[in-house]
Amino acid sequence: MFAYIVRRLLYAIPILIGVNLLTFTLFFVVNSPDDMAVSQLGEKYVTPEAIAAWKKKNGYDKPLFVNAEGAGLAAVTDTIFFTKSLKLFAFDFGRSESGRDITTDVSTRMWPSLAVALPTFIVGIWVNICVALLVVMFHATRLDRWAVFVFVCLMSISYLFYIIGGQYLVAKTWKLVPISGFHADAQAWKFLILPVLVGVVAGIGSGARWYRTLFLEEANQDYVRTARAKGASEIGILFTHILPNALIPILTGVVVLIPSLFMGSLLIESFFGIPGLGSYMLDAIKSQDFAIVRSMVFIGSILYIVGLILTDISYTWADPRVRLN
Amino acid sequence: MKRQSFQSPDAGRTGLSILLALVTILLVACGDPPWNNPHPPAADDLLTYQSVMTPAPPKHLDPAISYASDEALFIMQIYEPPMAYHFLKRPYELLPGSLAAFPEVTYLDEQGTEIAEDDGDPAYTRYTLRLRDDLHYQPHPAFAKDASGAPLYLFDSAAAGAAYRRIPDFPQTGDRPVQANDFVYSVKRLADPLNGSPMLGFMSQYIVGMREFSETLAQVPRSGWLNLDDYPMKGLSVMDEHTLTITIMGRYPQFVYWLAMHFFAPVAPEVDRFYHNPGFEERNLTLDWWPVGSGPYMMVKNDPNSEIVLERNPNYREEFFPTEGAPGDLEAGFLEDAGKPVPFVDRAVFRLEKEVLPLWTKFLQGYYDRSGEVHGNTNGVFDQAFVVGPDGVEVSEELSEHQIVMSPDVKPGIYYYGFNMRDPVVGGYSEDKRKLRQALQIAFNTEEYLNIFRKGNGIAAHNLIPPGIPGHLKGEEGMNSYVYDWVDGEPRRKPIEYAKQLLEEAGYPNGRDARTGEPLKIFIDVQSQAIGNTSMNWIDRQFSQIGVQVEFRPADWNRTREKLLTGNTQIFSHGWLADYPDPENFLFLLYGPESPLECQCDGSNNSNFMHPEYDELFRRVRVLPPGPERDELVARMVEIYRREAVWLYAFYPKDIYLNNSWVHNTKRHGISKATLKYIRIDDRQRQQMRQKWNQPVTWPLYAGVFLIGALVLPGVNAYRRRQNATARQGGK
Repeated sequence: MFAYIVRRLLYAIPILIGVNLLTFTLFFVVNSPDDMAVSQLGEKYVTPEAIAAWKKKNGYDKPLFVNAEGAGLAAVTDTIFFTKSLKLFAFDFGRSESGRDITTDVSTRMWPSLAVALPTFIVGIWVNICVALLVVMFHATRLDRWAVFVFVCLMSISYLFYIIGGQYLVAKTWKLVPISGFHADAQAWKFLILPVLVGVVAGIGSGARWYRTLFLEEANQDYVRTARAKGASEIGILFTHILPNALIPILTGVVVLIPSLFMGSLLIESFFGIPGLGSYMLDAIKSQDFAIVRSMVFIGSILYIVGLILTDISYTWADPRVRLN
Repeated sequence: MKRQSFQSPDAGRTGLSILLALVTILLVACGDPPWNNPHPPAADDLLTYQSVMTPAPPKHLDPAISYASDEALFIMQIYEPPMAYHFLKRPYELLPGSLAAFPEVTYLDEQGTEIAEDDGDPAYTRYTLRLRDDLHYQPHPAFAKDASGAPLYLFDSAAAGAAYRRIPDFPQTGDRPVQANDFVYSVKRLADPLNGSPMLGFMSQYIVGMREFSETLAQVPRSGWLNLDDYPMKGLSVMDEHTLTITIMGRYPQFVYWLAMHFFAPVAPEVDRFYHNPGFEERNLTLDWWPVGSGPYMMVKNDPNSEIVLERNPNYREEFFPTEGAPGDLEAGFLEDAGKPVPFVDRAVFRLEKEVLPLWTKFLQGYYDRSGEVHGNTNGVFDQAFVVGPDGVEVSEELSEHQIVMSPDVKPGIYYYGFNMRDPVVGGYSEDKRKLRQALQIAFNTEEYLNIFRKGNGIAAHNLIPPGIPGHLKGEEGMNSYVYDWVDGEPRRKPIEYAKQLLEEAGYPNGRDARTGEPLKIFIDVQSQAIGNTSMNWIDRQFSQIGVQVEFRPADWNRTREKLLTGNTQIFSHGWLADYPDPENFLFLLYGPESPLECQCDGSNNSNFMHPEYDELFRRVRVLPPGPERDELVARMVEIYRREAVWLYAFYPKDIYLNNSWVHNTKRHGISKATLKYIRIDDRQRQQMRQKWNQPVTWPLYAGVFLIGALVLPGVNAYRRRQNATARQGGK
């Protein structure tokens, strides 16, 4: 397994270089360093001198890929691509266009993201699995048909509706919790209840419906019929026979998400005022802060690759027949 | 065999009871209501003003770098520039800020010899600034010293200072009086190319030696802090500890207004050196994030991701609430605190709010004292907040019950669609081109546009100078008679038939070119994020009344700017917010040499308007002191602007701010942001209202428990029946 993981990590390098190159090219096709300077400097007194000074200060006064004036290795290293993009491989994220240290910002903001995303993820999976198993237990009954109808309805509703509806009812009308905000102290739970609740409820429709499909496939297998014939209880069958055997497809969809929990949720964080990485990314896109977007895309790619590797590893845990070669 | 654990008939009911008990325990654990308070419990009894920053945190707080009103909201509470504005008087009135008196102005000839004010055009103007003797910096570690008097926090390596991540982490602080050299140092920082100040290009045209100073610094190799005191700038000199002079080229009376901006606020060299400690920049310990000044407040927390906290500067000088105001201020209660010492509040917390609904809800729940600082934030909730009554916009019933007070604010700025005067179709100065532009002006019903798309938050402009600034006239004499008629005591837009007639006279009968028969089609360049389909359709309908077709060319700001710089536009959208309350700051928008095509620069005359008479008048207005002569010249320039129909339409933006009833002295100041020190809060009333408005509604929690029970119990029963069922019905 160790050799497999090392090989997968090595495969990640060209993928990350490709992602980096693509992000870099896309950004510079849309935005030249001059455009970036104008965006950051505002609309008044944007003189050529001011643009040149901004570019120099932020390291955008170099050629993009090849520095014809650079001697030896400097022809490659003294370029925007090397200084801004390739340095990411050393986890040197540099500074945002507004001058803040990105590493500091990311390390500060990932915890609020995690504070919302982790409980939403765990509670969400638990609720979805329980609901799906319950529905499978009553398969082909009126309850099952109504449940599927409700799942489809829940899936069809926009995520924004859950957020605004939740805020309106729970926080505005009933005044049970603060409508938004976050404090990293003992009071943090007050701010997390509503976003977690909204996240879980919004995910029930698609999650439970998907799990129901997976569980139903297993529910018709011979080993289930055998267990039932031997007098096992329905609950026992669901949790000790069907669930473990349906784990592989569940793990495929779930484990890959675990590392990405650090990245937060764009909408939830923005509406609930959670100072996490989701809103960090959204703000960076709005203000055309290329340095932050580039770093976040890079971190996102790494986390996704890590998620895929973890998924493979989790297969060996869920099904001992699986071997990673 | 029976499975008791899951088949007991009491299992569901037991579960329900446990759930109910949990909810009750949870409610008890929440403590006394209100439960929805988003603010942490106060650790002290400091009087705190609760407000918002929207929709994004500030990017820069360095007085040399920042040039945005949402950043000035913080900078102007922390720094104190040489000049300031009277809080209440209108038109805006300039006052000494950190100066003891108005600057002394001396005119000099080429040789530097003093000459009289009316003795021709001076080569230079020297401003002598005498400081108040009670100015003192806030406590800050940059001023902390050891027993030998050496700075305490100067580190040789990043590792040595690694323990400090925020300014409050430094256990020792110090302070010192503000000195004249600090003002000189701050001007030098504007010229330092490494700072990238937006003022460098503009001020280099005026301050003697600034450009040369900047060029010199650009050649200096840097490693760490560079003491700017080691490099003289010709136009700056320190006379003594409390006196300095700034010499500018020629005559530029508006320079005194610039002295009221944070660019000229004092920066202590030791603060600059402190922030150049190795490793500080990597931890965001910079002057850009932790400002240090002598103003009424100091920054104690800067978390741009969630909140910025200011606290009273214990070293702030003695300052009092104004005893005079504008007409009507006494009746409005704005002089209730006349003569009292300021600031009133001890702490101000600005929380980041990106979305309207949470912000608005918290304001209505009493957790924010005002609806906004730089923006009123009421447009998105206009229908909930306001009703349009016989006297215009009024607060809704819900807001009236909360005794919420409205503060309308007409900003000293102008938004407009301008014609490119070099365009072959709509540009030019001939009679037929003028008539064409006037016809288009009449067809565009600005009042209707403002009512529909800005909910009335704007005033149709008859003049390029907004209200509150000399040169703006009201009533019939302030009306644009080329577009409006004075009817029943108010301006009324000329009828569309008149527009058609003008169009015909311009050579476009029924909107078609009389020579070719082709329909007249105009092209409008707009910033894509600033316009929607509905407003484009509405504009299209306006011009279709006179048979003119419209095509929109949306683009982002960078592309729009490129078009403006190259003159590759026909009609464009733009706006301008005043730097200072002088007509010159608006009239220059049409000054010929400011045309980007003329100066080959980022000039502000995007209409490329070239009118010799206007330009000559502008040159005279720029150097004349306020008075009747200047007013007359301004009026002539405004008349040229109207006659030539340079802009398709224009309006003065308006915003409505809302204040909870416990907030006092909420008069808006269009130019200055240094008004936090005047805000007064009635904390007792605030606590009472918050308690009253935020009693939680708990029945939904119990209803939720019963709902879950109603769903689960039948399931449990059904499961039990199924487990107990036999293979054959009725069998055993």
